[in-house]
Amino acid sequence: MATIEIDKVSKIYHGGVPAVSEVDIQIDDGEFIVLVGPSGCGKSTLLRMVAGLETISSGTVKISGRVVNDVEPADRDIAMVFQNYALYPHMSVRENLAYGLKNRRTPKNEIEARVAEAARMLELGPYLDRKPRALSGGQRQRVAMGRAIVRHPSAFLFDEPLSNLDAKLRVSMRGEIKRLQRRVGTTSLYVTHDQLEAMTLADRLVVLNGGRIEQIGRPLDVYHAPASTFVASFIGSPAMNLVQGELHGSRLAIGPALIDLGQAVPTQGAVTVGFRAEDLQVATGGAAAHADTLPLSVDYVEELGSQRLVHGTVGDQAVTVALSSDAPLSGEMQVAVPLGRLHFFDAGTGRRLAWSTAETHRTTTTANLLETAR
Amino acid sequence: MKRVQFSSPLLPYLFLAPQLAVIVIFFYWPSVRAIQSSFYLEDPFGFGSTFVGLDNYIGTLLNPEYLAIARFTAIFTALVTFFSLALGLLLAVKADAVIRGNATYKTLLISVYAIAPPVAGLIGMMFFDQHIGPFVKIAAFFGWEMKVGLSYFDTAFAMIVVAVWKQIPYNFIFFLSGLQGLPASVREAAAIDCRSSVKRFWTVIFPLLAPTAFFLLIINVTYALFDTFGVIDVMVKDKAANNPITLVYKVYMDGFRGNDIGGSSAQSVILMIVVFVLTVLQFRFIERRIHYT
Repeated sequence: MATIEIDKVSKIYHGGVPAVSEVDIQIDDGEFIVLVGPSGCGKSTLLRMVAGLETISSGTVKISGRVVNDVEPADRDIAMVFQNYALYPHMSVRENLAYGLKNRRTPKNEIEARVAEAARMLELGPYLDRKPRALSGGQRQRVAMGRAIVRHPSAFLFDEPLSNLDAKLRVSMRGEIKRLQRRVGTTSLYVTHDQLEAMTLADRLVVLNGGRIEQIGRPLDVYHAPASTFVASFIGSPAMNLVQGELHGSRLAIGPALIDLGQAVPTQGAVTVGFRAEDLQVATGGAAAHADTLPLSVDYVEELGSQRLVHGTVGDQAVTVALSSDAPLSGEMQVAVPLGRLHFFDAGTGRRLAWSTAETHRTTTTANLLETAR
Repeated sequence: MKRVQFSSPLLPYLFLAPQLAVIVIFFYWPSVRAIQSSFYLEDPFGFGSTFVGLDNYIGTLLNPEYLAIARFTAIFTALVTFFSLALGLLLAVKADAVIRGNATYKTLLISVYAIAPPVAGLIGMMFFDQHIGPFVKIAAFFGWEMKVGLSYFDTAFAMIVVAVWKQIPYNFIFFLSGLQGLPASVREAAAIDCRSSVKRFWTVIFPLLAPTAFFLLIINVTYALFDTFGVIDVMVKDKAANNPITLVYKVYMDGFRGNDIGGSSAQSVILMIVVFVLTVLQFRFIERRIHYT
């Protein structure tokens, strides 16, 4: 069990732009941290620096309080699960699992016991004497997990371990990873570009963009209070609606619509307004007193079964609304925006603008709820 | 694989014809002729031939000189194969680890392969020249008076060195591309699982290179047996005398210098059988221990 401290870590490839710049993350013992971001955001590079597979240009990485910048990967007491499994093709499953232990001069009976334990945990028993090529994708992934588990390392590092699996298997393996990590309680650092994976697995997630941290926080906190337009558009599906608006006094103008905020406004003038598709509702005759409506011209509708996504425009800006599957549809609709669920971002920098006490109150409540749920 | 449909059933054979013609004319036909003439005693002046049955084979296999040459050929082949594979692999592993300027290293290492065997033999000969050869001087420094062309052992040594030197780049190319074809993540996983890079090499990287190594083993055995002809020819300059030669050179000497077509043909048939058996054995006993990914 261990903590991982990433302190002002940067990676600069010779002469180029930094792939990772000045990243700080403190990971507690037993915590499951997910690094999430689009491809090229530096998340894998950061993970590989922790693993020791990439050199660290500046800053320090500490595992269990020990600076590991110049420590060989094998001596960092970490185990890594790779995207393409990286199993040793010439070894049987048993040999794959035992390889790391053998090289650490673990006693033979101890190796056998640990391999048996991992095989039981991952239901690999019947496959122990097979070669990796005789296994399916999901089984290979489990062997890769097993190879990490048998080592009893200080930390697990996962580099997009589920990307090569088909959608159905991905969901079940996701659950399995979460369950295993809970069970063995090993500190984990997990890289993915899939926001759903990030949301479901993470104790805390780290959203990266262009080598920098956009936001660190618990999944629901990030979901409910994204720190920037980047996070807002990246976390959550469908992506948060982001439209350009103007604030005049307490009034917000979005295209043709005027909404009275009726309380303290964050700024004046141009602003980026964000609202989630699922927070919008079709305005019925007597719309909620504190909500004003947006006129939506519908372009097309996506039926998801449990809900329908209505894509349209307000003025000339694209807006998506998630409605229940029995909601009435028409070409022109009035949708109601619950005022408490509006997000404001600086029109220039895209950073979040804090604006009401109600909002901060609500996110802390969800955080507390989450805490009690654990 | 896409299945191509031909309008005429003869068309595919037409496409194959040039390749088949080359194989038949330059491989099967000479082989058939060699087998045929190995049963005849040919008149040295070409006035006719007499059927002698297996006499040529018996004569060859009972000849102590032939057996001595066969023994030398076995040692020569084993040493050349081993050292050219080992050094090629060593250089490939080292070049693979170089990050900066690796293209330069590779080009320099590969360029030796562009040298034709007789030229390589000539260059090798100069290395071992009695008066100007740097190798001779180095050997002299250590008190070894090297006399290539006069001393049996010294000539053998020079032959092996030149033959190995000539073949290293070939092995280097294959080993290097084999190394670069290994999935990076498997090597990284090994780096996490095993601290010692030497142990990592023998337990993970080498087993994954085994298909390449096996292919090269067969190629190198064939090279040492046959393609070193040019090197040997330059070294001994037609006058084997007391110098070591290999079986293939003996075939040439007897056939084209001694005009003993029948005996020479018998020798080449024996050589053909030896190579055939050797290849079959390699496939039987080594290949099944290889893992193809």
